[in-house]
Amino acid sequence: MSAETRITELRTEGEAAVAAAQNTAALEEVRVQFLGRRAELPNLLRGVAELPPERRGAVGKAANEARRALEALIEARAGQLAISERNARLEQDRVDITLPADPLPAAGRLHLITQTRREIEDVFIGLGFNVAEGPEVETVHYNFDALNHDPLHPARAWTDTFYLTPDVLLRTHTSPMQIRAMERQPPPLYIIVPGRVYRRDSDVTHTPQFHQIEGLAVDEGITLADLKGTLLAFARAIFGSEREVRLRPHFFPFTEPSVEVDVSCFNCSGGLTASAERCGICKGTGWLEILGSGMVDPNVLLQVAGGGYDPEVVQGFAFGMGIERIAMLKHGVSDLRLFYDNDLRFLEQFP
Amino acid sequence: MRVPVQWLHEYCAPDLDAHALAQRLAMTGTEVERVEHHGVGTPELFVVGHVLERERHPGADRLSVCVVDVGADEPAQIVCGAPNVAAGQTVAVARPGAVMPDGTTLRTAKLRGLESHGMILSERELQLGEDHDGIMVIDAGPAAGTALAEVVSIATDVLVLEVTPNRPDCLGIYGVAREVAAATGAPLAPPPWLEDRGSLGALSGLEVVNAAGEELCPRFTVRILDGVRVGPSPLWLKARLMACGQRPISNVVDITNYVMLLTGQPMHAFDGGRVAGGQLIVRRARDREQVQTLDGQTRALDSDVVVIDDAQGPTSIAGVMGGARSEVSAATTTVISEAATWNGPNIHATALRLGLRSEASSRFEKGLAPEQTLWGQAVATGLFIELCGATVRPGTIDVGGVGPAPVTLHLRDARITGLLGMAIERERCRELLETIGFSATEAGDGLDVTVPDFRRADITREVDLIEEVARLAGLEGLPATLPARHAAFGRLTPAQRLRRRAEDVLAGQGLREVVGWSFAAPELSEKLLFPGPDGALALANPMSAEQSRLRTTLLGSLLDVAALNRARGAGALGLFESGAVYQPRQDGDPGPAHEPHHLGVLLAGPVRAATWREQHPRQHDFFAAKGVLSGLFDSLGIDWSLAPADGAPFLHPGRAATVLAGGMVAGWLGELHPQVAGSWGFEETLAAFELELSSLEPPPTRIFSDLVSFPEVREDVAIVVAERVSAGELLQTIRRAAGPLLRSAEVFDVYRDEQRLGPGRKSVAVRLGYQAPDRTLTDAEVAQRREAIIEAVDRELGGRIRAA
Ligand SMILES: [Zn+2]
Repeated sequence: MSAETRITELRTEGEAAVAAAQNTAALEEVRVQFLGRRAELPNLLRGVAELPPERRGAVGKAANEARRALEALIEARAGQLAISERNARLEQDRVDITLPADPLPAAGRLHLITQTRREIEDVFIGLGFNVAEGPEVETVHYNFDALNHDPLHPARAWTDTFYLTPDVLLRTHTSPMQIRAMERQPPPLYIIVPGRVYRRDSDVTHTPQFHQIEGLAVDEGITLADLKGTLLAFARAIFGSEREVRLRPHFFPFTEPSVEVDVSCFNCSGGLTASAERCGICKGTGWLEILGSGMVDPNVLLQVAGGGYDPEVVQGFAFGMGIERIAMLKHGVSDLRLFYDNDLRFLEQFP
Repeated sequence: MRVPVQWLHEYCAPDLDAHALAQRLAMTGTEVERVEHHGVGTPELFVVGHVLERERHPGADRLSVCVVDVGADEPAQIVCGAPNVAAGQTVAVARPGAVMPDGTTLRTAKLRGLESHGMILSERELQLGEDHDGIMVIDAGPAAGTALAEVVSIATDVLVLEVTPNRPDCLGIYGVAREVAAATGAPLAPPPWLEDRGSLGALSGLEVVNAAGEELCPRFTVRILDGVRVGPSPLWLKARLMACGQRPISNVVDITNYVMLLTGQPMHAFDGGRVAGGQLIVRRARDREQVQTLDGQTRALDSDVVVIDDAQGPTSIAGVMGGARSEVSAATTTVISEAATWNGPNIHATALRLGLRSEASSRFEKGLAPEQTLWGQAVATGLFIELCGATVRPGTIDVGGVGPAPVTLHLRDARITGLLGMAIERERCRELLETIGFSATEAGDGLDVTVPDFRRADITREVDLIEEVARLAGLEGLPATLPARHAAFGRLTPAQRLRRRAEDVLAGQGLREVVGWSFAAPELSEKLLFPGPDGALALANPMSAEQSRLRTTLLGSLLDVAALNRARGAGALGLFESGAVYQPRQDGDPGPAHEPHHLGVLLAGPVRAATWREQHPRQHDFFAAKGVLSGLFDSLGIDWSLAPADGAPFLHPGRAATVLAGGMVAGWLGELHPQVAGSWGFEETLAAFELELSSLEPPPTRIFSDLVSFPEVREDVAIVVAERVSAGELLQTIRRAAGPLLRSAEVFDVYRDEQRLGPGRKSVAVRLGYQAPDRTLTDAEVAQRREAIIEAVDRELGGRIRAA
């Protein structure tokens, strides 16, 4: 049998074997069998040099052609097998897509009080106020006396205020920081004072501890109209740009004139909701009381007159609001005590 | 303060309904708590009736069948249960459909077979009094069918006012009328005390001595009424008292209450016949002295209480309550009418101590003007004469006299504008001030304003006048402006930004912030296994024992919240709190206590929720807490480390650490002692840390270093050391030996094998990263560092490099 014939045979056998290989491993065996180091076809190629010169060209060419053809065929077949094998593998990897997902790390939360406090702080920072904080354990002097409270003022009573000693108490409002801030720094002074305050009271609308934000602006030429403008900006930032504020005269010992500030209800129009029902949030009045405020009483400025607070030269406004109250209004929370229960099912509602 | 609108209208009657009036008052500084309706709902269905016939009901002995002329074409048949009904009486009749004061609607009814077309009414049914013994018989006169409301007030709106403490003048109807006039512009009738049927000057038959002093009793006035006939008050007076929430008693007592409600001045009537010795002495009580008050109780007094004595001892507690001995009775014929002024704080203290707050004491404690006493006497005198048939003895005993002379204040136009940011015309100011009893005259750049006696305590400065004109003129027109700032900008301080960042990082790590109580229970210290007292500040008047201390750690409230949520079904718990703790004052503290701001973290349960893919996730432990701490400090940019724990008895002794930040003690971290966890009902491991956030120094501004231009050389080494050598010590030695070119050194494996490493030894694998900011490091440089590390580890720790 001539070499060419054998080459043709091998090529035919190889082609059949490649076609018959059903997986990559079988194909590899075929490759070793026909093209491996000890296979016949490569041996034929290696033996070409020993042939008579006139035979070398034809045999070499035929053997080379056969090898390249087989190589190409194996490569093509390998590609096909790889695809079908991968497809089979992917088919096996099929999952029940309706099973639950991997949980992300639990979403954390800031407490609603913190969220609300920060929201309010940011509004006033934008209006040029700084944030000052003061002691919660306070003296009677800063909490009452220096704030022009009558010696008889009911808030002083041991039934209403927590005392540590006759002269030391838990502050009942953030207002003592008005005096401390003015003692610390001459005017102009623009501060807000967030913090915990304490009153001896406990029911749906009272907890013995709650949070307030005090505001104080003392400068030359500060007016009640400036107070209104500042609080209007605040109300719109917190409750929506449509809001209006109104000032109702009131009485506080440390401001004169004193006003309570109402913001127009965000839930209704003039006390009636869109479905023409009496609004439950403002109880049909169209207004929500949000804070107490007024012009700083000259007696308060006189407490720190030496520090540049001459009431004939500077004047100012002050206000105080409950953080929980703002949060309750804004988020429809009905019971103040929820803030201090810290039930995660409550806290999680406010991302 | 309850203000029946009908009564108010006698002095000022604006053309506004009660709700509109309430609104107007609210906008001028008088808070109206609510508007109530007092009396019947349908006045038009209440008429005067004449009883034409009265027969016994055939089916019931106690019922009468009456034929009553109610002014209609046909008389009405009305079945009546009252024993006193009789033919010929003029009575009050409710027609079918009438809405009674309690809200029920009257229907035509069959009573024992006979139809009743309406009802003959008692005083109580009309809320005119308490009398329910029989029907109310009206004085003859009004024709049948006359609207009952023309005979007696049977319905009125009532304004319930919340009078601020600076306005005791509004604790009387006339005082409120003044405000209403100023708020609405409606005319104000002259005060009811202008006409006085009594007289001033000496009064015979009684002597008054003020032994308590002017401070406690600034004024004490007395009039005497003779020939008094005690009996029921007329209907109109009863109606007014009832609308104000006061029970009618007898004409004499009712007059004193009526005068108080009208003028704001509490009055007291003594039975002249029962005041012994013709003398009243005002004095401080003796300690443990006793007096029986009008309510029948015996009260023990002390020397801070002022009493009024007669020859037989105390007859009443000044300003708070009268005594039983000199109480007016049906037999009284001489009335001693007393109107006095008492020291507000003293009355307040007495009322509190005795638990006896009365309408009188609540007025006195706000500080009334001495002048009001004679208002009261004038109005009372007239009523005693008219309603009790009394004659007034000439003269008035007046100990103390009027208060300080009126003050005149100057009110500058410019100051009004300067304070409000809005002008109020001078003429308008004058008009408003005069309506509320001030007098004002033009003076230069404004007004000279004289303050009336009843506002003496409240209005002492120009700014007080500005408040008056501002509130009465109305603030609706006030512009909304922003301060014309001179120099100020707003931003958080570095410490405040650090706190926010810390809170955000923890929330970002999946923790939930809680807000605990500042209060703590005395047992907390023991529950946290502290051997002795923890020095917590104590409240003198806590609301409960559990809240009688101030917390010194956030751990207690975190555990409380964790336990509560676990009890309510929560599994994994990652909680933090950012808040103050309270300790005794230290030097440099602004307030009377030391109040560092702490950050506390508590972790319980699995680090992740269990799922179908991971049924048993790891539980939170020491290293989970350390991971949270590490993430926190890395985010804040603060260098930190852990050192062996010191003084944290509430921690697992083998899993406890002190947290150092910038080399200073900043807090603790660890697993809680099982006994502590158990005290809150936890059997699992709880991990926690607490930092004194306010002691952390916000990191300084960072300066750029080039970590980009030249590559880092990484190398792993495994070092065998004794068990007792901590990873921290090893890293410290490595860092020190390698010098600044070593940028990072991290433990990535700890391996123990007694056979290969020897007993009590471990292999710690560390990944090292070398980098220079200005060049690429050569192999020789790195090798040199490695040698230095090997040498130092051997010398300092007895460790050796393990062949890879
Ligand atoms: Zn509303």
